[in-house]
Amino acid sequence: MLKKRDDFEDILEERRNSSDLRYALRCYTPVLYKGMTPCKADTLKSMVLQSNQLRYVISQVSKETGRATDDVREDASAILEEMAHSLQLSTVRFFAFTLSKVFKTLFRSICVNEEGIQRLQQAIQEHPVVLLPSHRSYMDFLLMSYILYTYDLALPVIAAGMDFMGMKFVGEMLRMSGAFFIRRSFGGDKLYWSVFSEYVKTMLKNGLAPVEFFLEGTRSRTAKSLTPKLGLLNIVMDPFFKGEVYDVSVVPVSISYERILEEALYAREMLGVPKPKESTSGLFKARKVLSEDYGSIHVYFGQPVSVRSLAQGRVNRCKFNLVPRHIPGKPSEEIQNFVNDTAYRLVRAQEENMVLKPWVLLASLLLQHHHQNQTAGQERGIALDELTAQAVWLRDVSREYGAFLNWPGVMTPSEVVSSSLSLHRGLVRICEGRVQLAVEQTATGEPHSAVTPEEELLSRAVVVLSCASYRNQALHVFIRPALLASAIHAASSNQKQEVFNSFSFLRNMFSNEFILCPGATVQDFEEACYLLVKTRALQVTQQEVLVTERGQRTLAFLTSMLDPFLQGYQVICRFLCEEAADTLTEKRFIPAVRKFIVKHLLAGRLRYTEVLSSDLQKNALAALLRLGAVRKIKGAEPGTLKVNAVMVNSLEDTLGKNRAVSWTRNTQQE
Amino acid sequence: MEVLKLKDYKWNAVTAECKAQESQKTAGCSGEAKTVPRKRHEIMKWNGWGYSDSRFLFNKKGQAEFTGKRYRLSGMIMPGLKDWFEVTFGASLQHKTPATPVLTSSSVPPPTLNEAFVEELKSTSIPFSLDAEDRVFRAHGHCLHEIFALREGKFGRVPDMVVWPNCHNDVVNIVELACKHNVCLMPYGGGTSVSSALECPPEETRCIVSLDTSQMNRILWIDEKNLTAHVESGIVGQDLERLLNESGYCTGHEPDSMEFSSLGGWVATRASGMKKNIYGNIEDLVVHIKMVTPQGVIEKSCQGPRMSTGPDIHHFIMGSEGTLGVVTEVTMKIRPMPEYQKYGSVVFPNFEQGVACLREVAKQRCAPASIRLMDNEQFKFGLMYSQMKNENVASLLSFLMKNKCTSLITSFKGFDPNNLCVATLLFEGDREKVLQHEKQVYDIAAKFGGLAAGEDNGQRGYMLTFVIAYLRDLGMDYYVIGESFETSVPWDRVLDICRNVKARIVAECKDKGVQFSPFSTCRVTQTYDAGACVYFYFAFNYRGLSDPVNVYEQVEHAARDEILANGGSLSHHHGVGKLRKEWMRDTVSNVGMGMLKSVKDYVDPKNIFGNGNLL
Ligand SMILES: Cc1cc2nc3c(=O)[nH]c(=O)nc-3n(C[C@H](O)[C@H](O)[C@H](O)COP(=O)(O)OP(=O)(O)OC[C@H]3O[C@@H](n4cnc5c(N)ncnc54)[C@H](O)[C@@H]3O)c2cc1C
Repeated sequence: MLKKRDDFEDILEERRNSSDLRYALRCYTPVLYKGMTPCKADTLKSMVLQSNQLRYVISQVSKETGRATDDVREDASAILEEMAHSLQLSTVRFFAFTLSKVFKTLFRSICVNEEGIQRLQQAIQEHPVVLLPSHRSYMDFLLMSYILYTYDLALPVIAAGMDFMGMKFVGEMLRMSGAFFIRRSFGGDKLYWSVFSEYVKTMLKNGLAPVEFFLEGTRSRTAKSLTPKLGLLNIVMDPFFKGEVYDVSVVPVSISYERILEEALYAREMLGVPKPKESTSGLFKARKVLSEDYGSIHVYFGQPVSVRSLAQGRVNRCKFNLVPRHIPGKPSEEIQNFVNDTAYRLVRAQEENMVLKPWVLLASLLLQHHHQNQTAGQERGIALDELTAQAVWLRDVSREYGAFLNWPGVMTPSEVVSSSLSLHRGLVRICEGRVQLAVEQTATGEPHSAVTPEEELLSRAVVVLSCASYRNQALHVFIRPALLASAIHAASSNQKQEVFNSFSFLRNMFSNEFILCPGATVQDFEEACYLLVKTRALQVTQQEVLVTERGQRTLAFLTSMLDPFLQGYQVICRFLCEEAADTLTEKRFIPAVRKFIVKHLLAGRLRYTEVLSSDLQKNALAALLRLGAVRKIKGAEPGTLKVNAVMVNSLEDTLGKNRAVSWTRNTQQE
Repeated sequence: MEVLKLKDYKWNAVTAECKAQESQKTAGCSGEAKTVPRKRHEIMKWNGWGYSDSRFLFNKKGQAEFTGKRYRLSGMIMPGLKDWFEVTFGASLQHKTPATPVLTSSSVPPPTLNEAFVEELKSTSIPFSLDAEDRVFRAHGHCLHEIFALREGKFGRVPDMVVWPNCHNDVVNIVELACKHNVCLMPYGGGTSVSSALECPPEETRCIVSLDTSQMNRILWIDEKNLTAHVESGIVGQDLERLLNESGYCTGHEPDSMEFSSLGGWVATRASGMKKNIYGNIEDLVVHIKMVTPQGVIEKSCQGPRMSTGPDIHHFIMGSEGTLGVVTEVTMKIRPMPEYQKYGSVVFPNFEQGVACLREVAKQRCAPASIRLMDNEQFKFGLMYSQMKNENVASLLSFLMKNKCTSLITSFKGFDPNNLCVATLLFEGDREKVLQHEKQVYDIAAKFGGLAAGEDNGQRGYMLTFVIAYLRDLGMDYYVIGESFETSVPWDRVLDICRNVKARIVAECKDKGVQFSPFSTCRVTQTYDAGACVYFYFAFNYRGLSDPVNVYEQVEHAARDEILANGGSLSHHHGVGKLRKEWMRDTVSNVGMGMLKSVKDYVDPKNIFGNGNLL
């Protein structure tokens, strides 16, 4: 399972040793696709407006609405104005300079795999390139452009959400550094869609610049990868399907932050402290951020993926032979499935190359201890050397599972642990040689005003959720074995078939929560078995799945990891059965379920504060909708939810069987 | 401006054996001396292209020359060819792969004969042969794998005997006998097939008889009132044109293979000629067809120029590739010979502009008799033959600059020798109109940045067409194998298909372990209202490969997949044969397949015409 990965190079090192100004002003001569010369933003706009596709849609819209084509064209032109980037080298240089300063204060290092850069450079010359970075921070796209500038690579144009445009000045700056802006929703707006897709395709087809966007659609607040969005991926693959380009190279990029700038912001957001509108002043409040140490960033440019080779034998391009290619059409089912599978593959490729810091393992262990202690009323925290020993154990396990772990080899384990803890001192406390989550104190600098039990609960939850977001970074490594561990626990016998059924149930239940490729149940099951057998935690025969003696510990760890999610989904089912009135709508779901959960948490009937996460709640609802246990109906209000109580009840029961109670020794009555 | 007669370099390719044709108006079966003798191997290569006396070789000085006296290029030295060859393919004159020089009859499998058939055939006095040479010569067309195998002295299933009917009635007799004795018949025209159409199905256990039409080569009558000629199907293109020219007419049908390909072959494969813009493709030229099938003779009852009488039965015959019967006689349209011909050429800054120009020409429906656009690789190849001193791009440019007014010179700044491409043109008609037409086309070209580049360059382009097949044999002497294949495609797809197919070829070669980068180029050879015909040329140096032909075939297969995925057709004119059969169902749909199949089942229930093509 040990994967060969490239070495990293710290690009800040040179910045610390030479002039930032000279760096920002240096000669920048990137190689372009097939020796293209870059074209002006205006030329690009007129190419888009004159494209056959857009002309066709304009005349269609004009026929449908009875408006003059010129008017519709005006609209299209306005949309394009709002959308288009206006990349300017001077702005890039400005950012190169300021970001150098900022990065040097914030981060210890920015590590980039240079071999990945070389591969990218090669790819850019051969085919149009799409960059797909993971999305965990606002920082991501500036960071990407910064790195590409540093390596003298073609600067990408980046699809950014419209919310940035709220920040007047910043929005324009970003536009001048290559961002183009898309509205969050434009469902039925044919004209908008057409301008947008043609804009992206024109840039891509002509190889004017690498196109960059976030497959996950938005920043993941939980550090878990999000279910990929397919719209843009569809658009960038379309020129290949239609033969307009020979191939498209898609490059997954994994950006891992040792400490996420938005850490506490995210936690609050998920707890329902309303998200501050992304305004300029909001971003500048983050100024205090500048005084802190955010450790290092690792950016891994993955292997470029050829869309052509992925599509080989899966997509019949002849389908496009019988209709002029500029007439927009809904992608066929074949294509939709292909794009969907590809999107999952790419997200998994991002996950695989995410660098995990030791702290990620520590956070996982500390969270588990936190919950066990909390219920058992034991002594608070865990002894430092015990934590270190466990961390070393977990390090070895995760390596065997193929994790891309950045565990400094030159330090002793206890040095590693203490340096990790000190970087995250906002989240943990060490007292009398014992380590615990910093839940007693209100989290990171919050004023001491939490008076009501609910407020106190929420402020504790901020710390737990922040911590969970680090644990989540490692979830992709453990998720398949963890599903298997829970399945073994739930299955009434050791029969392989039964374990598989149980695995399959869980996997299906959680496919909105974790990245589990559609239709890959058998593969996932086999992968999980393989890993657990390899680490001698399981014995798998033709018929049976048996946990070994030494496997107990691994399985206990794995089931505990999944347990908060099981409880979360369970309690949401309970909520839907007990409280959901006819008037429950999608919109009211989160506040209502939150209230329900707070009540139970305060009453001590729930173990995991984590289940307060709106992310989990949304995912659970999406899963229930997908499974048909809840339906959206046209009630009094749009998005009214209709609960199938029988089904929800039975799901809750089945989930209950999977709970980790017996592994955690301390059984708890709920 | 000189009037160039194609004759200058083509029609003198008449063999010494060729005697004066009998009077053109005579009908009947008397066998006279033929242009194409029964013993083809006496004048043509048994394991390569064309006449035995004409070939490329590198002389002692390492310079390329073309032997013989038949062509304009004959006897000429081409100093640039060696460099081009070595640079393009990474080939070397040191590394030779000579062909097996002589055909050893003993390695040809002995014939499986149907004694009863042979006996009855003898009584008809239709000539036939069991000689190994005759049989081997008719066991192949000109696909790469066919020629490669011959050069290695390898023979697969070959026909068991060859018959030479002299007229329609002979064919009727032969077909009757074949049906009676259950013998497999394979019509053979000029043998220029490039679709494996002439390959014997290896699983065929019956006696296979190759029916060589070459001796049915008379023009039976010319009708000057209706401008038609009634011709036997075995006549080869050069004879047909030469004989008609003698009476002041022509058909204008000039496929590149016209020296050797036959009228019947054209009908059977739906051939296309270079000058189709004026004269039409074979389906436009044919007025009446007579074909002998196992069910009897099929023909229409009159020669009306167009009919609404249900689906046109000619269209079951055209493209039937020898699976339904033997085409014996054809009435074709003829035209008075053109008063004036003029070549021309235009250089474009890049291929995109060139295609845009051709598209515009097609849109305005003012295409010259022929207009072809070569990509940059072929442009460079063409230059190599240039008569100018210091043959290279720079000198062409300076030539152009010297000959053009200053305003054009400035526009040359944008010309990158690695992007340039050239269109060759051929105008035909009466002088006034040709000159007018020429101006119109050059004016359009100018709008796309095209600059007139002289008549010589154009003429040379067309001349090269006739020797390109000879050139392949030279390549094969030095580890280089290659071939061309074609498609037709809607206008909006032309650029995409060219780019993608060329790139696919390069990628597949790399993938299959070809050590040297392949020659992967294309040209647009015909324009239509709704699209164009595109040719791809693909060749590579196979040193280091254990099974080069297999690699070649895999790459060509992938290239065909790519063509289809890019909206190209399975074939514009080469046909399906056995080489492209696997794609037929997808091409014509299940129902379409069923239709074709039911026609075959009705016409030839015993599969007497069992060459296995098409379906
Ligand atoms: C160098 C070269 C250039 C070429 N250029 C062109 C071109 O410009 N345009 C073009 O269209 N093609 C071209 N071809 C392809 C080929 O010349 C044509 O397919 C041509 O029509 C074949 O004619 P043929 O007489 O040589 O037939 P053959 O090769 O002898 O036979 C071809 C098929 O037709 C059948 N057939 C032949 N005669 C008869 C008959 N009388 N009745 C029934 N079936 C018959 C055969 O059974 C076989 O299936 C070229 C080939 C080469 C090698």
